[in-house]
Amino acid sequence: MSTATDLNRPAAPPAFQEINSSRRFKNRLATILVGLTFVLALAPLVWLLITVIAKGFQYVLNADWWQKSLAGLTSRQFGGGVYHAIIGTLLQGLICAVIAVPIAILVAVYLVEYGKQSRLAKAVTFTVDILSGVPSIVAALFIYALCITTLGMPRSAFAVSLALVLLMIPVVVRTTEELLKIVPDELREAAYALGVPKWKTIVKIVIPTAMSGIITGISLAIARVMGETAPVLVLVGYTTFINYDPFGGSMASLPLLMTSERLTTNEVGEARVWGAAVTLILIITVFNLLGSLISRLTSLKTK
Amino acid sequence: MAKRIDVKDLNLFYGKFHAVDGVSLAVPPRNVTAFIGPSGCGKSTVLRSLNRMHEVIPGARAEGKVLLDGEDIYASTVDPVSVRRTIGMVFQRPNPFPTMSIRDNVVAGLKLAGERNGKKLDEVAEQALRGANLWAEVKDRLNRPGGGLSGGQQQRLCIARAIAVQPDVLLMDEPCSALDPISTLAIEDLIQELKKDFTIVIVTHNMQQAARVSDQTAFFNLAGVGQPGRLVELDDTERIFSNPTQKATEDYISGRFG
Repeated sequence: MSTATDLNRPAAPPAFQEINSSRRFKNRLATILVGLTFVLALAPLVWLLITVIAKGFQYVLNADWWQKSLAGLTSRQFGGGVYHAIIGTLLQGLICAVIAVPIAILVAVYLVEYGKQSRLAKAVTFTVDILSGVPSIVAALFIYALCITTLGMPRSAFAVSLALVLLMIPVVVRTTEELLKIVPDELREAAYALGVPKWKTIVKIVIPTAMSGIITGISLAIARVMGETAPVLVLVGYTTFINYDPFGGSMASLPLLMTSERLTTNEVGEARVWGAAVTLILIITVFNLLGSLISRLTSLKTK
Repeated sequence: MAKRIDVKDLNLFYGKFHAVDGVSLAVPPRNVTAFIGPSGCGKSTVLRSLNRMHEVIPGARAEGKVLLDGEDIYASTVDPVSVRRTIGMVFQRPNPFPTMSIRDNVVAGLKLAGERNGKKLDEVAEQALRGANLWAEVKDRLNRPGGGLSGGQQQRLCIARAIAVQPDVLLMDEPCSALDPISTLAIEDLIQELKKDFTIVIVTHNMQQAARVSDQTAFFNLAGVGQPGRLVELDDTERIFSNPTQKATEDYISGRFG
Protein backbone atom coordinates (compact mmCIF):
# COMPACT_ATOMS: atom_id res chain seq x y z
CA MET A 1 0.00 0.00 0.00
CA SER A 2 2.87 2.34 0.71
CA THR A 3 3.84 2.40 -2.97
CA ALA A 4 0.33 3.46 -3.93
CA THR A 5 0.41 6.44 -1.60
CA ASP A 6 3.86 7.36 -2.90
CA LEU A 7 2.52 7.47 -6.43
CA ASN A 8 -0.44 9.60 -5.46
CA ARG A 9 1.72 12.25 -3.90
CA PRO A 10 2.54 15.19 -6.19
CA ALA A 11 6.13 15.21 -7.37
CA ALA A 12 8.27 17.24 -5.02
CA PRO A 13 10.28 20.07 -6.60
CA PRO A 14 13.67 18.29 -6.46
CA ALA A 15 12.21 15.58 -8.70
CA PHE A 16 12.81 17.77 -11.73
CA GLN A 17 16.23 19.23 -12.38
CA GLU A 18 17.22 22.25 -14.36
CA ILE A 19 18.89 21.69 -17.72
CA ASN A 20 22.54 21.61 -16.77
CA SER A 21 24.99 24.01 -18.34
CA SER A 22 26.90 21.42 -20.38
CA ARG A 23 23.70 20.33 -22.12
CA ARG A 24 22.75 23.93 -22.69
CA PHE A 25 26.17 24.55 -24.23
CA LYS A 26 25.95 21.49 -26.49
CA ASN A 27 22.50 22.53 -27.63
CA ARG A 28 23.69 26.01 -28.51
CA LEU A 29 26.77 24.65 -30.29
CA ALA A 30 24.69 22.24 -32.36
CA THR A 31 22.22 24.99 -33.27
CA ILE A 32 25.06 27.23 -34.47
CA LEU A 33 26.68 24.41 -36.45
CA VAL A 34 23.43 23.45 -38.16
CA GLY A 35 22.74 27.09 -39.00
CA LEU A 36 26.25 27.64 -40.34
CA THR A 37 26.23 24.59 -42.59
CA PHE A 38 22.83 25.61 -43.89
CA VAL A 39 24.19 29.01 -44.90
CA LEU A 40 27.32 27.38 -46.30
CA ALA A 41 25.27 25.06 -48.47
CA LEU A 42 22.87 27.73 -49.62
CA ALA A 43 25.35 30.54 -50.29
CA PRO A 44 26.84 29.22 -53.55
CA LEU A 45 23.37 28.47 -54.92
CA VAL A 46 22.05 31.93 -54.14
CA TRP A 47 25.25 33.51 -55.43
CA LEU A 48 24.99 31.56 -58.69
CA LEU A 49 21.37 32.51 -59.15
CA ILE A 50 22.06 36.20 -58.48
CA THR A 51 25.04 36.25 -60.87
CA VAL A 52 23.13 34.56 -63.68
CA ILE A 53 20.09 36.77 -63.26
CA ALA A 54 22.16 39.97 -62.93
CA LYS A 55 24.13 39.24 -66.07
CA GLY A 56 21.47 37.65 -68.25
CA PHE A 57 17.98 38.67 -67.20
CA GLN A 58 17.98 41.90 -69.21
CA TYR A 59 18.31 39.98 -72.50
CA VAL A 60 15.41 37.58 -71.98
CA LEU A 61 12.99 40.46 -71.43
CA ASN A 62 13.09 41.16 -75.15
CA ALA A 63 10.27 39.43 -77.09
CA ASP A 64 12.67 38.68 -79.95
CA TRP A 65 14.72 36.56 -77.58
CA TRP A 66 11.91 33.98 -77.38
CA GLN A 67 10.79 34.15 -81.02
CA LYS A 68 13.86 34.48 -83.23
CA SER A 69 17.00 32.50 -83.91
CA LEU A 70 20.53 33.77 -84.36
CA ALA A 71 20.45 32.97 -88.08
CA GLY A 72 22.31 35.48 -90.20
CA LEU A 73 23.75 37.38 -87.27
CA THR A 74 27.51 37.69 -86.99
CA SER A 75 29.31 37.42 -83.70
CA ARG A 76 29.43 41.21 -83.50
CA GLN A 77 25.73 41.90 -83.94
CA PHE A 78 23.37 42.18 -80.99
CA GLY A 79 19.78 41.05 -81.46
CA GLY A 80 18.17 37.83 -82.54
CA GLY A 81 17.05 35.21 -80.05
CA VAL A 82 17.46 31.64 -78.87
CA TYR A 83 14.21 30.16 -80.19
CA HIS A 84 16.22 27.61 -82.18
CA ALA A 85 17.97 26.45 -79.02
CA ILE A 86 14.79 26.38 -76.90
CA ILE A 87 13.12 24.18 -79.55
CA GLY A 88 16.16 21.91 -79.57
CA THR A 89 16.25 21.55 -75.79
CA LEU A 90 12.52 20.85 -75.53
CA LEU A 91 12.49 18.46 -78.48
CA GLN A 92 15.46 16.44 -77.25
CA GLY A 93 14.12 16.35 -73.68
CA LEU A 94 10.64 15.31 -74.77
CA ILE A 95 11.80 12.57 -77.17
CA CYS A 96 14.01 11.28 -74.38
CA ALA A 97 11.10 11.28 -71.92
CA VAL A 98 8.76 9.53 -74.38
CA ILE A 99 11.26 6.68 -74.74
CA ALA A 100 12.63 6.55 -71.19
CA VAL A 101 9.52 6.94 -69.01
CA PRO A 102 7.58 3.83 -70.20
CA ILE A 103 10.70 1.67 -70.02
CA ALA A 104 11.61 2.96 -66.58
CA ILE A 105 8.10 2.49 -65.17
CA LEU A 106 7.90 -1.05 -66.53
CA VAL A 107 11.30 -1.86 -65.01
CA ALA A 108 10.19 -0.46 -61.65
CA VAL A 109 6.91 -2.42 -61.79
CA TYR A 110 8.87 -5.58 -62.54
CA LEU A 111 11.28 -4.96 -59.66
CA VAL A 112 8.61 -4.19 -57.06
CA GLU A 113 5.64 -6.31 -58.12
CA TYR A 114 7.13 -9.34 -59.85
CA GLY A 115 10.88 -9.67 -59.35
CA LYS A 116 10.99 -9.05 -55.59
CA GLN A 117 14.17 -10.80 -54.40
CA SER A 118 14.77 -12.98 -57.47
CA ARG A 119 18.22 -13.22 -59.01
CA LEU A 120 17.13 -11.36 -62.16
CA ALA A 121 15.67 -8.52 -60.11
CA LYS A 122 18.89 -8.21 -58.14
CA ALA A 123 20.88 -8.11 -61.39
CA VAL A 124 18.55 -5.41 -62.76
CA THR A 125 18.85 -3.32 -59.59
CA PHE A 126 22.63 -3.64 -59.75
CA THR A 127 22.66 -2.56 -63.41
CA VAL A 128 20.40 0.40 -62.69
CA ASP A 129 22.69 1.44 -59.85
CA ILE A 130 25.71 1.33 -62.13
CA LEU A 131 23.85 3.15 -64.90
CA SER A 132 22.91 5.95 -62.52
CA GLY A 133 26.60 6.50 -61.82
CA VAL A 134 27.61 6.65 -65.50
CA PRO A 135 28.92 10.12 -66.44
CA SER A 136 27.01 11.78 -69.27
CA ILE A 137 30.10 11.87 -71.48
CA VAL A 138 30.35 8.08 -71.28
CA ALA A 139 26.68 7.71 -72.24
CA ALA A 140 27.28 10.08 -75.15
CA LEU A 141 30.36 8.20 -76.37
CA PHE A 142 28.52 4.87 -76.07
CA ILE A 143 25.70 6.15 -78.29
CA TYR A 144 28.30 7.59 -80.67
CA ALA A 145 30.05 4.24 -80.92
CA LEU A 146 26.79 2.30 -81.26
CA CYS A 147 24.64 4.47 -83.51
CA ILE A 148 27.05 6.57 -85.47
CA THR A 149 30.18 4.44 -85.81
CA THR A 150 28.57 1.00 -85.91
CA LEU A 151 25.08 1.57 -87.33
CA GLY A 152 26.11 4.47 -89.54
CA MET A 153 23.43 6.92 -88.38
CA PRO A 154 24.23 10.61 -88.91
CA ARG A 155 24.87 12.85 -85.90
CA SER A 156 21.43 14.10 -84.93
CA ALA A 157 19.19 15.33 -82.15
CA PHE A 158 17.72 11.84 -81.94
CA ALA A 159 21.13 10.42 -81.01
CA VAL A 160 21.27 13.03 -78.25
CA SER A 161 17.88 11.86 -77.00
CA LEU A 162 19.11 8.26 -76.93
CA ALA A 163 22.08 9.26 -74.79
CA LEU A 164 19.73 11.20 -72.50
CA VAL A 165 17.53 8.08 -72.24
CA LEU A 166 20.48 6.24 -70.69
CA LEU A 167 20.80 9.01 -68.11
CA MET A 168 17.08 9.32 -67.42
CA ILE A 169 16.08 5.66 -67.02
CA PRO A 170 17.96 5.00 -63.75
CA VAL A 171 16.60 8.18 -62.15
CA VAL A 172 12.99 7.36 -63.00
CA VAL A 173 13.39 3.66 -62.12
CA ARG A 174 14.76 4.56 -58.69
CA THR A 175 12.04 7.06 -57.79
CA THR A 176 9.22 4.92 -59.20
CA GLU A 177 10.56 1.87 -57.37
CA GLU A 178 10.61 3.71 -54.04
CA LEU A 179 7.10 5.06 -54.60
CA LEU A 180 5.63 1.68 -55.56
CA LYS A 181 7.24 0.17 -52.47
CA ILE A 182 5.41 2.56 -50.14
CA VAL A 183 2.00 1.67 -51.61
CA PRO A 184 0.65 -0.46 -48.73
CA ASP A 185 0.27 -4.19 -49.41
CA GLU A 186 -3.18 -3.93 -47.87
CA LEU A 187 -4.40 -2.15 -51.00
CA ARG A 188 -3.06 -4.93 -53.21
CA GLU A 189 -4.71 -7.53 -50.97
CA ALA A 190 -7.98 -5.61 -50.96
CA ALA A 191 -7.99 -5.71 -54.76
CA TYR A 192 -7.04 -9.39 -54.92
CA ALA A 193 -9.82 -10.21 -52.46
CA LEU A 194 -12.31 -8.58 -54.83
CA GLY A 195 -11.22 -10.97 -57.55
CA VAL A 196 -9.12 -8.43 -59.42
CA PRO A 197 -6.21 -10.02 -61.33
CA LYS A 198 -2.69 -8.95 -60.41
CA TRP A 199 -1.93 -6.92 -63.57
CA LYS A 200 -5.17 -4.99 -63.19
CA THR A 201 -4.42 -4.35 -59.53
CA ILE A 202 -1.09 -2.84 -60.56
CA VAL A 203 -2.52 -0.72 -63.38
CA LYS A 204 -5.70 0.47 -61.67
CA ILE A 205 -4.78 0.55 -57.97
CA VAL A 206 -1.03 0.56 -57.32
CA ILE A 207 0.20 2.94 -60.03
CA PRO A 208 -2.61 5.50 -59.56
CA THR A 209 -1.89 5.52 -55.82
CA ALA A 210 1.77 6.34 -56.49
CA MET A 211 1.06 8.54 -59.54
CA SER A 212 1.53 11.92 -57.91
CA GLY A 213 5.07 11.10 -56.77
CA ILE A 214 5.97 9.39 -60.04
CA ILE A 215 5.06 12.56 -61.96
CA THR A 216 7.24 14.67 -59.67
CA GLY A 217 10.11 12.24 -60.27
CA ILE A 218 9.65 12.38 -64.03
CA SER A 219 9.58 16.17 -64.16
CA LEU A 220 12.74 16.37 -62.07
CA ALA A 221 14.42 13.84 -64.36
CA ILE A 222 13.41 15.77 -67.50
CA ALA A 223 14.71 18.98 -65.98
CA ARG A 224 17.97 17.24 -65.22
CA VAL A 225 18.58 15.81 -68.68
CA MET A 226 17.68 19.07 -70.42
CA GLY A 227 20.74 20.66 -68.88
CA GLU A 228 23.13 17.88 -69.92
CA THR A 229 25.96 19.17 -72.09
CA ALA A 230 28.18 16.24 -73.01
CA PRO A 231 25.65 14.44 -75.25
CA VAL A 232 24.90 17.57 -77.31
CA LEU A 233 28.59 18.32 -77.72
CA VAL A 234 29.37 14.83 -79.00
CA LEU A 235 26.26 13.80 -80.87
CA VAL A 236 24.92 16.81 -82.76
CA GLY A 237 26.32 19.85 -84.50
CA TYR A 238 25.52 23.44 -83.54
CA THR A 239 23.58 25.71 -85.85
CA THR A 240 22.12 29.18 -85.57
CA PHE A 241 19.15 28.11 -87.69
CA ILE A 242 15.85 26.62 -86.52
CA ASN A 243 15.66 22.87 -87.10
CA TYR A 244 12.55 20.85 -86.23
CA ASP A 245 13.87 17.54 -87.61
CA PRO A 246 15.35 15.39 -84.85
CA PHE A 247 16.65 12.82 -87.35
CA GLY A 248 18.76 14.98 -89.56
CA GLY A 249 21.03 17.99 -89.51
CA SER A 250 22.45 20.08 -86.76
CA MET A 251 20.19 21.28 -84.00
CA ALA A 252 20.98 23.86 -81.37
CA SER A 253 20.05 23.47 -77.73
CA LEU A 254 20.61 25.83 -74.82
CA PRO A 255 23.66 24.05 -73.34
CA LEU A 256 25.15 23.68 -76.83
CA LEU A 257 24.51 27.34 -77.63
CA MET A 258 26.24 28.34 -74.41
CA THR A 259 29.34 26.23 -75.09
CA SER A 260 29.52 27.53 -78.67
CA GLU A 261 28.92 31.21 -77.97
CA ARG A 262 31.32 31.08 -75.05
CA LEU A 263 34.08 31.23 -77.68
CA THR A 264 32.77 34.59 -78.92
CA THR A 265 34.88 36.77 -76.67
CA ASN A 266 33.02 40.03 -76.85
CA GLU A 267 29.93 41.62 -75.31
CA VAL A 268 27.65 39.96 -77.86
CA GLY A 269 28.85 36.49 -76.93
CA GLU A 270 28.56 37.30 -73.24
CA ALA A 271 24.98 38.47 -73.72
CA ARG A 272 24.06 35.27 -75.56
CA VAL A 273 25.67 32.95 -73.00
CA TRP A 274 24.18 34.61 -69.91
CA GLY A 275 20.82 35.05 -71.61
CA ALA A 276 20.77 31.36 -72.54
CA ALA A 277 21.69 30.43 -68.96
CA VAL A 278 18.75 32.39 -67.59
CA THR A 279 16.49 30.85 -70.24
CA LEU A 280 17.59 27.32 -69.31
CA ILE A 281 17.02 27.96 -65.62
CA LEU A 282 13.60 29.44 -66.39
CA ILE A 283 12.58 26.45 -68.53
CA ILE A 284 13.71 23.98 -65.87
CA THR A 285 11.86 25.96 -63.21
CA VAL A 286 8.70 25.91 -65.34
CA PHE A 287 9.05 22.13 -65.74
CA ASN A 288 9.42 21.65 -62.01
CA LEU A 289 6.44 23.88 -61.29
CA LEU A 290 4.35 22.04 -63.89
CA GLY A 291 5.40 18.75 -62.34
CA SER A 292 4.43 19.78 -58.85
CA LEU A 293 1.17 21.26 -60.13
CA ILE A 294 0.19 18.01 -61.85
CA SER A 295 1.29 16.00 -58.86
CA ARG A 296 -0.82 18.19 -56.60
CA LEU A 297 -3.82 17.67 -58.87
CA THR A 298 -3.34 13.90 -58.85
CA SER A 299 -2.38 13.61 -55.20
CA LEU A 300 -4.59 11.66 -52.81
CA LYS A 301 -7.30 13.69 -51.17
CA THR A 302 -9.18 12.90 -48.02
CA LYS A 303 -11.69 15.73 -48.03
CA MET B 1 -26.39 -17.58 -52.84
CA ALA B 2 -24.71 -18.55 -49.59
CA LYS B 3 -22.67 -21.71 -49.86
CA ARG B 4 -21.22 -24.17 -47.39
CA ILE B 5 -17.51 -24.67 -46.82
CA ASP B 6 -15.86 -27.97 -45.99
CA VAL B 7 -12.20 -27.94 -45.09
CA LYS B 8 -10.51 -31.32 -45.30
CA ASP B 9 -7.11 -32.01 -43.76
CA LEU B 10 -5.67 -28.61 -44.62
CA ASN B 11 -1.96 -28.03 -44.01
CA LEU B 12 -0.53 -24.55 -44.47
CA PHE B 13 3.09 -23.54 -44.89
CA TYR B 14 5.17 -20.38 -45.03
CA GLY B 15 8.23 -21.58 -46.90
CA LYS B 16 9.55 -24.43 -44.77
CA PHE B 17 7.60 -23.37 -41.69
CA HIS B 18 4.58 -25.57 -41.07
CA ALA B 19 2.06 -23.01 -39.83
CA VAL B 20 -1.16 -24.99 -39.57
CA ASP B 21 -1.50 -28.72 -39.21
CA GLY B 22 -4.35 -30.86 -40.46
CA VAL B 23 -7.42 -28.66 -40.04
CA SER B 24 -10.80 -30.13 -40.94
CA LEU B 25 -13.99 -28.23 -40.34
CA ALA B 26 -17.37 -27.48 -41.84
CA VAL B 27 -19.15 -24.15 -42.15
CA PRO B 28 -22.86 -24.35 -42.97
CA PRO B 29 -24.45 -21.68 -45.19
CA ARG B 30 -26.12 -18.59 -43.66
CA ASN B 31 -24.19 -19.06 -40.51
CA VAL B 32 -21.50 -17.14 -38.63
CA THR B 33 -18.43 -19.10 -37.63
CA ALA B 34 -15.91 -17.45 -35.33
CA PHE B 35 -12.24 -18.43 -35.16
CA ILE B 36 -10.68 -17.73 -31.78
CA GLY B 37 -7.32 -18.56 -30.26
CA PRO B 38 -4.07 -17.02 -29.05
CA SER B 39 -1.84 -14.97 -31.37
CA GLY B 40 0.17 -17.01 -33.85
CA CYS B 41 -2.12 -20.04 -33.66
CA GLY B 42 -2.90 -19.85 -37.37
CA LYS B 43 -6.52 -18.75 -37.32
CA SER B 44 -5.90 -15.84 -39.71
CA THR B 45 -3.82 -18.12 -41.90
CA VAL B 46 -6.67 -20.63 -42.11
CA LEU B 47 -9.10 -17.80 -42.90
CA ARG B 48 -6.87 -16.50 -45.69
CA SER B 49 -6.56 -19.99 -47.14
CA LEU B 50 -10.35 -20.14 -47.57
CA ASN B 51 -10.22 -17.75 -50.54
CA ARG B 52 -6.67 -18.50 -51.63
CA MET B 53 -5.28 -15.24 -50.25
CA HIS B 54 -2.75 -17.28 -48.28
CA GLU B 55 -0.67 -17.97 -51.39
CA VAL B 56 -0.32 -14.23 -52.15
CA ILE B 57 2.49 -14.15 -49.59
CA PRO B 58 5.78 -15.24 -51.22
CA GLY B 59 6.67 -18.82 -50.29
CA ALA B 60 3.25 -19.59 -48.77
CA ARG B 61 1.46 -22.74 -49.93
CA ALA B 62 -1.45 -24.93 -48.96
CA GLU B 63 -2.03 -28.68 -49.00
CA GLY B 64 -5.41 -30.32 -48.57
CA LYS B 65 -8.91 -29.53 -49.71
CA VAL B 66 -11.28 -26.63 -49.26
CA LEU B 67 -14.66 -27.47 -50.75
CA LEU B 68 -17.18 -24.77 -51.60
CA ASP B 69 -20.50 -26.60 -52.02
CA GLY B 70 -18.45 -29.68 -52.92
CA GLU B 71 -16.12 -27.96 -55.37
CA ASP B 72 -12.43 -27.92 -54.43
CA ILE B 73 -11.07 -24.37 -54.66
CA TYR B 74 -7.53 -25.78 -54.63
CA ALA B 75 -8.10 -28.02 -57.66
CA SER B 76 -5.33 -27.48 -60.21
CA THR B 77 -7.79 -26.22 -62.84
CA VAL B 78 -9.25 -23.50 -60.62
CA ASP B 79 -8.22 -19.87 -61.17
CA PRO B 80 -7.59 -18.22 -57.78
CA VAL B 81 -8.99 -14.95 -59.17
CA SER B 82 -12.39 -16.59 -59.71
CA VAL B 83 -12.27 -18.08 -56.19
CA ARG B 84 -11.75 -14.62 -54.70
CA ARG B 85 -14.67 -13.28 -56.73
CA THR B 86 -16.89 -15.86 -55.02
CA ILE B 87 -15.41 -15.55 -51.54
CA GLY B 88 -15.00 -11.97 -50.37
CA MET B 89 -12.81 -10.70 -47.59
CA VAL B 90 -12.73 -7.83 -45.08
CA PHE B 91 -9.40 -7.02 -43.47
CA GLN B 92 -8.20 -6.04 -40.04
CA ARG B 93 -7.39 -2.46 -40.97
CA PRO B 94 -9.88 -0.58 -43.15
CA ASN B 95 -8.26 -0.26 -46.58
CA PRO B 96 -10.37 1.81 -48.97
CA PHE B 97 -8.64 2.64 -52.24
CA PRO B 98 -7.21 6.15 -51.67
CA THR B 99 -7.51 7.23 -55.30
CA MET B 100 -11.23 6.51 -55.48
CA SER B 101 -14.41 8.20 -54.33
CA ILE B 102 -16.79 6.49 -51.92
CA ARG B 103 -18.99 5.31 -54.79
CA ASP B 104 -16.04 4.09 -56.86
CA ASN B 105 -14.65 2.22 -53.86
CA VAL B 106 -17.90 0.32 -53.45
CA VAL B 107 -18.15 -0.65 -57.11
CA ALA B 108 -14.40 -1.15 -57.59
CA GLY B 109 -14.76 -4.92 -57.87
CA LEU B 110 -17.39 -4.69 -60.61
CA LYS B 111 -15.72 -1.81 -62.39
CA LEU B 112 -12.36 -3.54 -62.52
CA ALA B 113 -14.11 -6.66 -63.79
CA GLY B 114 -15.26 -4.60 -66.78
CA GLU B 115 -18.75 -3.35 -65.81
CA ARG B 116 -19.21 0.02 -67.57
CA ASN B 117 -22.94 0.68 -67.14
CA GLY B 118 -22.99 3.76 -64.87
CA LYS B 119 -26.63 3.37 -63.91
CA LYS B 120 -26.19 -0.23 -62.87
CA LEU B 121 -23.08 0.70 -60.89
CA ASP B 122 -25.03 3.44 -59.09
CA GLU B 123 -27.71 0.93 -58.16
CA VAL B 124 -25.18 -1.60 -56.92
CA ALA B 125 -23.40 1.10 -54.93
CA GLU B 126 -26.62 2.14 -53.20
CA GLN B 127 -27.64 -1.45 -52.50
CA ALA B 128 -24.24 -2.37 -51.10
CA LEU B 129 -24.01 0.78 -48.97
CA ARG B 130 -27.49 0.12 -47.61
CA GLY B 131 -26.42 -3.45 -46.93
CA ALA B 132 -23.44 -2.15 -44.99
CA ASN B 133 -25.60 0.36 -43.02
CA LEU B 134 -23.60 3.23 -44.44
CA TRP B 135 -26.00 4.69 -47.02
CA ALA B 136 -27.60 7.27 -44.74
CA GLU B 137 -24.22 8.63 -43.67
CA VAL B 138 -22.64 8.98 -47.10
CA LYS B 139 -25.46 9.40 -49.60
CA ASP B 140 -24.77 13.13 -49.93
CA ARG B 141 -21.05 12.75 -50.51
CA LEU B 142 -20.66 9.72 -52.75
CA ASN B 143 -18.09 11.52 -54.87
CA ARG B 144 -15.84 12.44 -51.96
CA PRO B 145 -12.72 10.34 -51.33
CA GLY B 146 -13.20 7.24 -49.20
CA GLY B 147 -10.17 8.19 -47.10
CA GLY B 148 -12.12 11.08 -45.55
CA LEU B 149 -14.47 8.81 -43.61
CA SER B 150 -13.93 7.81 -39.98
CA GLY B 151 -12.31 4.45 -39.21
CA GLY B 152 -15.62 2.72 -38.50
CA GLN B 153 -17.21 4.18 -41.62
CA GLN B 154 -14.20 3.12 -43.68
CA GLN B 155 -14.55 -0.43 -42.42
CA ARG B 156 -18.25 -0.48 -43.34
CA LEU B 157 -17.22 0.95 -46.73
CA CYS B 158 -14.87 -2.01 -47.11
CA ILE B 159 -17.71 -4.38 -46.19
CA ALA B 160 -19.92 -2.65 -48.79
CA ARG B 161 -17.12 -3.08 -51.31
CA ALA B 162 -16.85 -6.77 -50.47
CA ILE B 163 -20.60 -7.46 -50.72
CA ALA B 164 -21.02 -5.38 -53.89
CA VAL B 165 -19.53 -8.20 -55.96
CA GLN B 166 -22.17 -10.54 -54.47
CA PRO B 167 -19.90 -13.21 -53.06
CA ASP B 168 -21.18 -16.49 -51.62
CA VAL B 169 -19.02 -16.27 -48.54
CA LEU B 170 -17.65 -13.34 -46.56
CA LEU B 171 -14.42 -13.74 -44.63
CA MET B 172 -13.61 -11.21 -41.93
CA ASP B 173 -10.14 -10.97 -40.45
CA GLU B 174 -10.51 -9.19 -37.08
CA PRO B 175 -12.74 -6.55 -38.68
CA CYS B 176 -13.27 -4.60 -35.45
CA SER B 177 -9.82 -4.67 -33.88
CA ALA B 178 -8.98 -1.15 -35.11
CA LEU B 179 -12.38 0.31 -34.20
CA ASP B 180 -13.96 1.96 -31.19
CA PRO B 181 -16.80 0.23 -29.29
CA ILE B 182 -19.60 2.10 -31.08
CA SER B 183 -18.25 1.29 -34.55
CA THR B 184 -17.70 -2.28 -33.35
CA LEU B 185 -21.34 -2.51 -32.32
CA ALA B 186 -22.39 -1.18 -35.74
CA ILE B 187 -20.32 -3.87 -37.47
CA GLU B 188 -21.61 -6.61 -35.18
CA ASP B 189 -25.21 -5.60 -35.91
CA LEU B 190 -24.31 -5.60 -39.57
CA ILE B 191 -22.93 -9.14 -39.33
CA GLN B 192 -26.31 -10.29 -38.00
CA GLU B 193 -27.97 -8.66 -41.03
CA LEU B 194 -25.48 -10.09 -43.50
CA LYS B 195 -25.94 -13.58 -42.08
CA LYS B 196 -29.28 -13.78 -43.89
CA ASP B 197 -27.55 -13.70 -47.26
CA PHE B 198 -23.97 -14.80 -46.73
CA THR B 199 -21.92 -17.48 -45.10
CA ILE B 200 -19.63 -15.61 -42.73
CA VAL B 201 -16.36 -16.64 -41.14
CA ILE B 202 -14.85 -14.16 -38.69
CA VAL B 203 -11.51 -14.17 -36.89
CA THR B 204 -11.59 -12.31 -33.61
CA HIS B 205 -9.41 -11.79 -30.57
CA ASN B 206 -12.40 -10.61 -28.63
CA MET B 207 -14.16 -13.60 -27.06
CA GLN B 208 -17.21 -11.58 -26.09
CA GLN B 209 -17.51 -10.66 -29.72
CA ALA B 210 -17.30 -14.30 -30.76
CA ALA B 211 -19.98 -15.13 -28.21
CA ARG B 212 -22.19 -12.28 -29.41
CA VAL B 213 -22.06 -12.72 -33.17
CA SER B 214 -21.32 -16.34 -33.97
CA ASP B 215 -23.39 -19.50 -34.28
CA GLN B 216 -20.43 -21.81 -34.02
CA THR B 217 -16.93 -21.22 -32.73
CA ALA B 218 -13.63 -22.84 -33.61
CA PHE B 219 -10.81 -22.71 -31.10
CA PHE B 220 -7.26 -22.89 -32.50
CA ASN B 221 -4.14 -23.39 -30.45
CA LEU B 222 -0.43 -24.11 -30.68
CA ALA B 223 0.99 -27.34 -29.41
CA GLY B 224 4.07 -25.35 -28.36
CA VAL B 225 6.52 -22.70 -29.51
CA GLY B 226 7.63 -23.38 -33.10
CA GLN B 227 4.93 -26.04 -33.47
CA PRO B 228 2.19 -25.71 -36.08
CA GLY B 229 -1.19 -24.39 -35.02
CA ARG B 230 -4.16 -26.75 -35.05
CA LEU B 231 -7.88 -26.79 -34.58
CA VAL B 232 -8.65 -27.85 -31.02
CA GLU B 233 -12.40 -27.78 -31.03
CA LEU B 234 -15.33 -26.68 -33.17
CA ASP B 235 -18.80 -26.59 -31.69
CA ASP B 236 -21.90 -24.46 -31.20
CA THR B 237 -20.83 -21.15 -29.71
CA GLU B 238 -23.06 -21.71 -26.70
CA ARG B 239 -21.44 -25.04 -25.92
CA ILE B 240 -17.89 -23.73 -26.46
CA PHE B 241 -18.44 -20.93 -23.99
CA SER B 242 -20.41 -22.91 -21.42
CA ASN B 243 -19.26 -26.46 -21.61
CA PRO B 244 -16.25 -27.09 -23.87
CA THR B 245 -15.03 -30.67 -24.19
CA GLN B 246 -11.33 -29.79 -24.30
CA LYS B 247 -9.44 -28.48 -21.30
CA ALA B 248 -7.35 -26.08 -23.45
CA THR B 249 -10.53 -24.43 -24.70
CA GLU B 250 -11.84 -24.01 -21.19
CA ASP B 251 -8.52 -22.55 -20.01
CA TYR B 252 -8.50 -20.09 -22.91
CA ILE B 253 -12.05 -18.83 -22.65
CA SER B 254 -11.85 -18.53 -18.90
CA GLY B 255 -8.74 -16.37 -19.30
CA ARG B 256 -6.27 -18.75 -17.68
CA PHE B 257 -3.89 -18.32 -20.63
CA GLY B 258 -3.58 -16.58 -23.99
